[in-house]
Amino acid sequence: MNSSWPILSLVTFLPLVGAAFIAFVRGDEQTAASNARWVALWTTLATFLLSLTLWFGFERGTAAFQFVEYAPWFPGTGIAYHMGVDGISVLFVLLSTFLMPICILASWEAIEHRVKEYMISFLVLETMMVGMFCALDMVLFYIFFEAVLIPMFLIIGVWGGARRVYSAFKFFLYTLAGSVLMLVALLYIFGTAGTTDITKLMGYGFTRQAQTWLWLAFFASFAVKVPMWPVHTWLPDAHVEAPTAGSVILAGVLLKMGAYGFLRFSLPMMPDASVAFTPLVYTLSIIAVVYTSLVALVQEDMKKLIAYSSVAHMGFVTLGIFTGTRQGIDGALFQMLSHGIVSGALFLCVGVVYDRLHTRQIARYGGLVERMPRYAAVFMLFTMASVGLPGTSGFVGEFLVLAGAFQANTWAAAFAALGVILGAAYMLYLYRRVIFGRLTRDDLRQMLDLSRREIALFAPLIVVVLWMGIYPKPVLDVFSASVDQLVARYQQAQTDAPASVTSRRVASLAE
Amino acid sequence: MKTLALLAVFLPLAGFALAGLPIVAGRKGHGVDRWAQLATSICVGVAALASMSLFWSVGLGHQPTSFELFTWIDSGAFEASWAIKLDALSVVMLCVVTIVSTCVHVYSIGYMSHDPAIPRFMAYLSLFTFFMLMLVTADNFVQMFFGWEGVGLASYLLIGFWYDRESANAASIKAFVVNRVGDFGFALGIFGVFMMFGSVHFDTVFAAAPDHVGDQISFLWFEGHALTILCLLLFVGAMGKSAQLGLHTWLPDAMEGPTPVSALIHAATMVTAGVFMVARLSPMFELAPAALHSVCIVGALTAIFAASVGLVQNDIKRVIAYSTCSQLGYMFFAAGVSAYSAAIFHLMTHAFFKALLFLGSGSVIHALEGEQDMRRMGGLGPKIRITYWMMMIGSLALAGIGIPFVFGLAGFYSKDIILESAFAAHSGPGAFAFWLGIAAAGMTAFYSWRLLFMTFSGHARGDHHAHEHAHESPAVMLVPLYVLAVGAVFAGVLGYEYFVGHHREAFWGAAIKVLPEHDSVEHAHHVPVWVKVLPLVVSVAGIGMSYGLYIRNPAKPAELAARFAGLYRFLLNKWWFDELYDRIFVRPSFALGMGFWKKGDAAVIDGLGADGLAANTLVAARRMSALQTGYVYHYAFAMLIGVVAFATWYFVSR
Repeated sequence: MNSSWPILSLVTFLPLVGAAFIAFVRGDEQTAASNARWVALWTTLATFLLSLTLWFGFERGTAAFQFVEYAPWFPGTGIAYHMGVDGISVLFVLLSTFLMPICILASWEAIEHRVKEYMISFLVLETMMVGMFCALDMVLFYIFFEAVLIPMFLIIGVWGGARRVYSAFKFFLYTLAGSVLMLVALLYIFGTAGTTDITKLMGYGFTRQAQTWLWLAFFASFAVKVPMWPVHTWLPDAHVEAPTAGSVILAGVLLKMGAYGFLRFSLPMMPDASVAFTPLVYTLSIIAVVYTSLVALVQEDMKKLIAYSSVAHMGFVTLGIFTGTRQGIDGALFQMLSHGIVSGALFLCVGVVYDRLHTRQIARYGGLVERMPRYAAVFMLFTMASVGLPGTSGFVGEFLVLAGAFQANTWAAAFAALGVILGAAYMLYLYRRVIFGRLTRDDLRQMLDLSRREIALFAPLIVVVLWMGIYPKPVLDVFSASVDQLVARYQQAQTDAPASVTSRRVASLAE
Repeated sequence: MKTLALLAVFLPLAGFALAGLPIVAGRKGHGVDRWAQLATSICVGVAALASMSLFWSVGLGHQPTSFELFTWIDSGAFEASWAIKLDALSVVMLCVVTIVSTCVHVYSIGYMSHDPAIPRFMAYLSLFTFFMLMLVTADNFVQMFFGWEGVGLASYLLIGFWYDRESANAASIKAFVVNRVGDFGFALGIFGVFMMFGSVHFDTVFAAAPDHVGDQISFLWFEGHALTILCLLLFVGAMGKSAQLGLHTWLPDAMEGPTPVSALIHAATMVTAGVFMVARLSPMFELAPAALHSVCIVGALTAIFAASVGLVQNDIKRVIAYSTCSQLGYMFFAAGVSAYSAAIFHLMTHAFFKALLFLGSGSVIHALEGEQDMRRMGGLGPKIRITYWMMMIGSLALAGIGIPFVFGLAGFYSKDIILESAFAAHSGPGAFAFWLGIAAAGMTAFYSWRLLFMTFSGHARGDHHAHEHAHESPAVMLVPLYVLAVGAVFAGVLGYEYFVGHHREAFWGAAIKVLPEHDSVEHAHHVPVWVKVLPLVVSVAGIGMSYGLYIRNPAKPAELAARFAGLYRFLLNKWWFDELYDRIFVRPSFALGMGFWKKGDAAVIDGLGADGLAANTLVAARRMSALQTGYVYHYAFAMLIGVVAFATWYFVSR
């Protein structure tokens, strides 16, 4: 559907307009801060409402790009300002715009210094994220993809915790190191194919050898972003030091950029290499699931625990994508959306108690249910969503990924399913230590249950988690056609692949 | 019929919401408590009436039906809907669940009357009931899994209901995680079914199953008969939920929950879900004889194992918990010899008398203000006479006492048909199960009367003050006992013809499938007389032995325990399962996690990666030589990297 309105550009750049407004806000510090908060909230809410037109206007059942906008950019090169969404990207735009007002609201009282700059950072971040998911030109994509780093770097480095500078640099260097290789790959693509238009490149057909190198270059960038084992260690540090809203956006949207890259670039543009590297991705994904789940089990810091659980959950995503099956990729996409909501909510849950006691040490808590029953109920719901209880959004993605994995490789499915057991263990162990037990400390007795603002934060998240758990069909319908197309391409590559191990074995049996 | 089914399944959910709302709204007080009690009890009570009506029309009227509510998951061929399937099997379960649940709801009004969190308790009970009903009315594997995990959640919440007790918290996590181990198998089984049949819908899979009898699949390193592998995976799920040997360790600990919970979840309903699953999947299990044999053997071993442990336990609830575990073993070995109908029959009768025993023990505990140790009881018979008689009826039903060819209590019919079927199967596993079952029957009678004697007879051994003040429970607790007692007395004789007798084929219809050559229930009606009488004889002998040891010669048990100290400790410590699992699973997991974190992430990845590079390269070079650290984690870690490198090289270079 091509509406006359440039909806995608509006959604992308509306936050920037809000940021400009805030930049010009004057007055004493208190007024300026308050105004900045309100402007940010209204801007993000308006952006979200505007983005809802995508949900209602998006035509299901087709893999084509919709809401396309095109304007030449560098004449003669073919590089253009090309925007558009398909089933794979549209929901990530919505996820970003949905989480943003919640982030602003979560920072309402927690951020007291440099409020203006903070809000500007968040609004700029939103523009970059949304732009990245809409970009249909590789140069445009690369700019948004890299630019996301800057506001996030500032958010961690300026408003973070005690070791914020170390974490911010670690985050920045890790992700940048990967991106450099992607830049090289981009230049190569431009040189070879003569275009940077993603829609054209999807059917281009690089040689097998070129695919291998391109795939590895992209992999270096995306694997860090996901993050996959063993390049995940920046994530726990970044999460621990980031302010609550920073963690929400980091886990909710930024971690999805890597997996989105696999789906947008690796699978469609380098199908043969993707098939060839599948065992590598399986191995890394399974290690991520089991290894980080075990690490999560022994964490003493609430945020670190949830950060490690994120790595494990993203292991399911990468596993699902590379099964190349309908259920696997459907599951991976669904898991990304669900994890965006659920892990964001879990970080908010940590934020609630952190705001009151200013510590994330699990051992400092215990027995909170006594004084904070509402908080306990909310935390329980998201704990269950995190462990993939049927009826919550966490189940659908995880289950579909495993169903897909089982068809591709029963070992991968069995090992990944171990993560489901371990997930229950570390989450319930966390919940027990924080919420249950005897309430002994005096400062814990003083803690108040959820405020109205906090309830307003959680309510939409609860609704979405249950909706996606009980009636996920509308969500699955959005990307079914696009996923079908991806699967067809991947399976074609599988058939084309040089005699694989299994087929060789079959051949030898036949003799 | 559709309306009735919707009422039966969703009213408990409404009850949960009604009782839960005031909690969320932050309201407290007597009025809220009363509201929660009434709302949940009425909702579940009406659901029970609806279920009985469905039993009449669907079960006795032979009108199986099913209808979809709306699509749940739709991903290519993977399609699962929210649905309600009504056939003989599901209406029997509906009745069992809602009737016992209603009794437990009403009983809880009295039992929990002094608890500060009544609405939460009632809400959880109703939530559990809802999940259980979704489980039994599922028309596809995925909805069954929804109910399956949902009851697990409710069980977790209720075991840990008294959250300020460390032991309750530990038990609740243990229950959830051990069940997840079972669910691991269940889920893999579902994926396998989907891969093979391209559907997760029961009817489609069952219809296609005979065409796949010869199929082979490879799962991990096995390559073998596809249906056998799938059924075994699914059975792992059943073992977890029904606490079969190996995955049983959570059930005794689950007794940390309030007693009504033990009666509803850990005796009558949830733990029988595994038996229900095997019966529901009978069209698949019938085609996988090796899987059936495994079910039979695991069931028989569980029956004898749990009964043997039950002989020496001192906590009144734990004795009954092990008894439950043991009776579940009976149901499984019945299913394992294709006597699914007998398994469900026993499931139904057991729900009545075991819930009766649990609620009765709750009444004892209530009378003694929380005392659960039988060594501190004794002499309560005259004090709480009604409870005593209720427990007596429950024990008689459990032991299967009756007058042959005249009349017997519920267990007399259901347990005997199971043992007769096992005998009549004329197979190795059948005979194995029969003899272990006979032995376990003797033990069952022994520990049941040991419980009765230690609790109600003799003189008071515990706190005299508590004994003096022991009082009979209020009517609100006694009436549910009467209802269950009626079931414990008459459920066997009334159900016999329909479940396992002449009308069984008409009654079950297509709900249970038995191949003609496996029809052990039919053969069970033609076994020699000694087979029919033997269970009764060993039960009576067990009662007699118990009388001899605990009434005639009360010093004898301690003497025996001392003489066979090794055996006694082995049984008292439940065959050392908990210790074993702690050593091989729990502690290594934490140790590995710690190692991966401190050594893997911090020392190796960061040390050699980001932080290492940031430091100067000379230092990095020196660190390379420090790789030979002697830490096992370093080597394990190096191995992982090696595996990755190898996989990459192998697949790139081929």
